[in-house]
Amino acid sequence: MRIPCPYCGDRDSQEFVYRGDAAPVRPSDPAEETEFFDYVYLRENPAGPIDELWYHAQGCRNWITLTRDTRDHAISAARLTSEGKSA
Amino acid sequence: MSRLNTGGLIDRARPLKFTFDGKQYSGFEGDTLAAALLANDVRLVARSFKYHRPRGILTAGTEEPNALVTLREGARAEPNSKATAVPLYDGLVASSQNRWPSLGFDLLALNQLASPIFVAGFYYKTFMRPAALWEKLYEPLIRRAAGLGALSGLPDPDSYDRKHAFCDLLVIGAGPAGLAAALTAGRSGLRVIVADDDMAMGGHLLKERSEIAGATGADWAAGVVEELASYPNVTLLPRTGVFGVYDGHEYGAVERVADHLPEPLPGQPRQRLWKIVAKHALLASGAIERPLIFPGNDRPGVMMASAVSAYLNRFAVAPGKKAVIFTSCDTGWQTALDLQAAGIGVAAVVDTRAQKPALADRLDLSDSVVALQGAIVDIKGSKSVKGATIRDGSGKETTVACDLVAMSGGWNPAIGLGSNFGNRPVWSEELNAFLLDKTPPDFSSIGSAAGRMSLTSALGDGIRAATEVVQQMGKSPAEMAIADVAETGGTNENMLWVPSGIEGKAFVDFQNDVTASDIKLAASEGFVSIEHLKRYTTMGMATDQGKLSQINGHGLLAEETKKTIAEAGTIMSRPPYTPIALGVVAGHHRGEHFRPVRHTASHDWAAENGAAFVDVGQWKRAQWFVQPGETEWRTSVDREVNATRGGVGICDVSTLGKIDVLGPDAATLLDRLYANMFSTLPVGRARYGLMLREDGFVMDDGTATRFAEDKYYVTTTTANAARVMQHIDFARQVIWPELDVQATSVTEQWATYSIAGPQSRAVLQALLPDIDLANEAFKFMAAGEYRWRGTKIRLFRVSFSGELAYEISIGANRGRQLLEAIMAAGAPFGIVPYGTEALGVMRIEKGHPAGNEMNGQTTAGDLGMGRMLSTKKDFVGRAMAQRPGLTDPGRMSLVGLKPLDHAATLRAGAHLLAKGAEPKAANVQGRVTSAAFSPTLGHSIALALVTGGQERIGEEMMLNDIVRGSDVPVEICDAVFVDPAGERLRG
Ligand SMILES: [Zn+2]
Repeated sequence: MRIPCPYCGDRDSQEFVYRGDAAPVRPSDPAEETEFFDYVYLRENPAGPIDELWYHAQGCRNWITLTRDTRDHAISAARLTSEGKSA
Repeated sequence: MSRLNTGGLIDRARPLKFTFDGKQYSGFEGDTLAAALLANDVRLVARSFKYHRPRGILTAGTEEPNALVTLREGARAEPNSKATAVPLYDGLVASSQNRWPSLGFDLLALNQLASPIFVAGFYYKTFMRPAALWEKLYEPLIRRAAGLGALSGLPDPDSYDRKHAFCDLLVIGAGPAGLAAALTAGRSGLRVIVADDDMAMGGHLLKERSEIAGATGADWAAGVVEELASYPNVTLLPRTGVFGVYDGHEYGAVERVADHLPEPLPGQPRQRLWKIVAKHALLASGAIERPLIFPGNDRPGVMMASAVSAYLNRFAVAPGKKAVIFTSCDTGWQTALDLQAAGIGVAAVVDTRAQKPALADRLDLSDSVVALQGAIVDIKGSKSVKGATIRDGSGKETTVACDLVAMSGGWNPAIGLGSNFGNRPVWSEELNAFLLDKTPPDFSSIGSAAGRMSLTSALGDGIRAATEVVQQMGKSPAEMAIADVAETGGTNENMLWVPSGIEGKAFVDFQNDVTASDIKLAASEGFVSIEHLKRYTTMGMATDQGKLSQINGHGLLAEETKKTIAEAGTIMSRPPYTPIALGVVAGHHRGEHFRPVRHTASHDWAAENGAAFVDVGQWKRAQWFVQPGETEWRTSVDREVNATRGGVGICDVSTLGKIDVLGPDAATLLDRLYANMFSTLPVGRARYGLMLREDGFVMDDGTATRFAEDKYYVTTTTANAARVMQHIDFARQVIWPELDVQATSVTEQWATYSIAGPQSRAVLQALLPDIDLANEAFKFMAAGEYRWRGTKIRLFRVSFSGELAYEISIGANRGRQLLEAIMAAGAPFGIVPYGTEALGVMRIEKGHPAGNEMNGQTTAGDLGMGRMLSTKKDFVGRAMAQRPGLTDPGRMSLVGLKPLDHAATLRAGAHLLAKGAEPKAANVQGRVTSAAFSPTLGHSIALALVTGGQERIGEEMMLNDIVRGSDVPVEICDAVFVDPAGERLRG
């Protein structure tokens, strides 16, 4: 599998560390315990496109938000996570 | 001998010797093992899997289910090699499998008499009851009888390579369609890779008699290959099978680099794994001929018609002297033409259809039986074919003497790779075969793999498809024309003939011995889904993965269930398309190259000074240093601990993770990452820090040092170095991207030594006379950047051993030099190097939690560090660490243990029980996480997690080690065994 790193270009997926669903946003403290519980434990698992986090550990060390379709692994978008939610 | 005097693509000037089952034969360069065996009249080459039936050579390709042999001997022996795909080489040694005592006389052939118990689902029916017999009788019995070849059990002496490649176009298969496509793309300037499983490129052009542009098909193919080889933008990979399609336009292929040689040349890999990234791929894998289902269709001498043609035309071998053709399409008639052209008699042609094809007019049928709407209903002979009983359209039966039966049930496009992505193929009513509907992205099938079966249409399809790819990539396609194609003239009618009312063993899956009656039985028992049928009968589950059997099985099932094949559907294939050696997947990653090895700057010095090394992740660390006369590791470790606590010792701690955190918001970031406060840390000071995971459990510990307002230096444990780096990057990029802070790993950049013991200050002062190291000038947890012999160093007064101690870092390239200078400066003080074992003993003596305690299930409170959790700020894990389950006072927490009998040994992993409690899981109140012999105290000590923790200090408990069988009475004590007040490290 190839991951289109916005910084390095197309790279082998073996260079990356997978984290998962990019949607959860860390609650700003102080917050209800339930908000943190949702942030830490609850994840969507759709059959379809999902934004998810990958870390280019053996490359530029950027965290990347990929839009990947879980049904066929087609990657439709990739951006640096540090640049914010919208593409 | 059955070698024809002329023709073929073999090199008669290069004879090759080989042995099969110990007997010597000879063949020619260009032969496969199967061709050479047939040329030597060897017909019986194997025994079948279940019934041990005599088997011969069925095909001329990688789909072969019968002619499986063990190739080579000793450590290089490779079972289940397909004789039809093994290139002959001089000195080749092969032997037959699955027979005892010999291929000709196999006692297990008696299984045939017991065949009623080997029917569909026999595993589930026969071996179920009584259950007690399974382990003792059934399983050993099945294991002995089942399976084909055996592994040598010896280490593989060969090496395997791996290569990554990128191209615009990958052409899978170099038959007419593939070559035409590659030529088009190659001439148009695309980067092309052509992979073909065979030892020679050309596919069916090598096996059939055809003409292209005034040359034979084989010569045309050779010319195209020569032209392609001259293009720098084209890579030709013969003897290379593409075995899988993966996400992101990736393809896996195995190149058999040296399998056509007796053994690899020096330095040459046996095979090479290719990982090919292709913008587009064309599947030109051709088609696989379908067998026909009739009793005795597995007898040696019954062959696929196209295989008979291949042996005649490519290898100049006559697989028989008198042939009977059984066909449901024109292919059988073409083979009859090939046979007559080679001077071999055709005793009969049996066609399931009502009409003779036009092609028949070119045959001399004056001495032949021709049966239309006919079928073969019996085969005479067991270890070789002696005759065939033919039933014609009127029901009349005739038995014809023959030694060869060529059968053709039509063709299946070889689409397996295209269904790798879970794309279920669809049935084409027009073609009577499955074709790809959806494909992997940028992947298309061409030629006969796409159902375009004639030579003219295959060539045209290759050109058309490659032209489209060239245009897609924005290049201008070369003008292509392939003129004057002469074919044998058959039509492409592709019937699927399914017999009815079969008596006797008519095989559907040859390799797994699945017969037509097994399929009918399975259907009558309700296994009517294709996937159930496959598993219940094992049809298609052998190493050939149903390449020959699948469609016939489907046809039979459809017939039984009165459904159409389109309704019943087919299975999808997974990689590997053909079996591949595990060695080629492992590649270089075996033995000492299993994973990378990291050496610290002092590695060679340590090796020269008696170090025994231990693997810590990828690192090699000195475990202890053996002095002359030391024979027990404990002697060395005790000496190192005593010398350090009593004087001074030095330890390489370069493997600790090191991270520079820089920027105006560095302090803010560290406050949010660590449970304790770092923004208040003065410049020139270090502080111990604890990191939690967001779920509230402890992740890692280490120190952070502030060298400037905006410059911190963070250390991590060796094990968590990469994880903490990732965590810091996550915090600053994902959670708080607004912070102006950078972080970078400098683990490799610094060599770091810990100098510990009461004499450590004196040693360092001797090394660094210009720095005031007096206690007041350079206090506990002081840090600074200095120079030593012109090179920058970092000096820290931190202690892991509990002694007065310093850490000194220098650029890794000068690491050994610094170490030697410290050893020289320390010599008057008796400095000793110590390894990770002494380091571990001293940290247990000091009650420092390490990886055994920070195991991902412990909280700061569990480890006695609850008070480090700041209440003044937000930090990762703060909220979740307050959950009731994590703050429950009944949780197991850290204590020390000492044995009541000082001679007893405490061991990690042992369980703590209340005195007198029965040793069972429900009574376990704690467990030992770390244990060591303390040379300082003179007895065994341990750290443990126990329910109630500190509350129980002074209590006596039983330490039960059920695995190693010991019970040791212990007393719970404080986890800090040595210098609990911490006076030594502040002194
Ligand atoms: Zn990158």
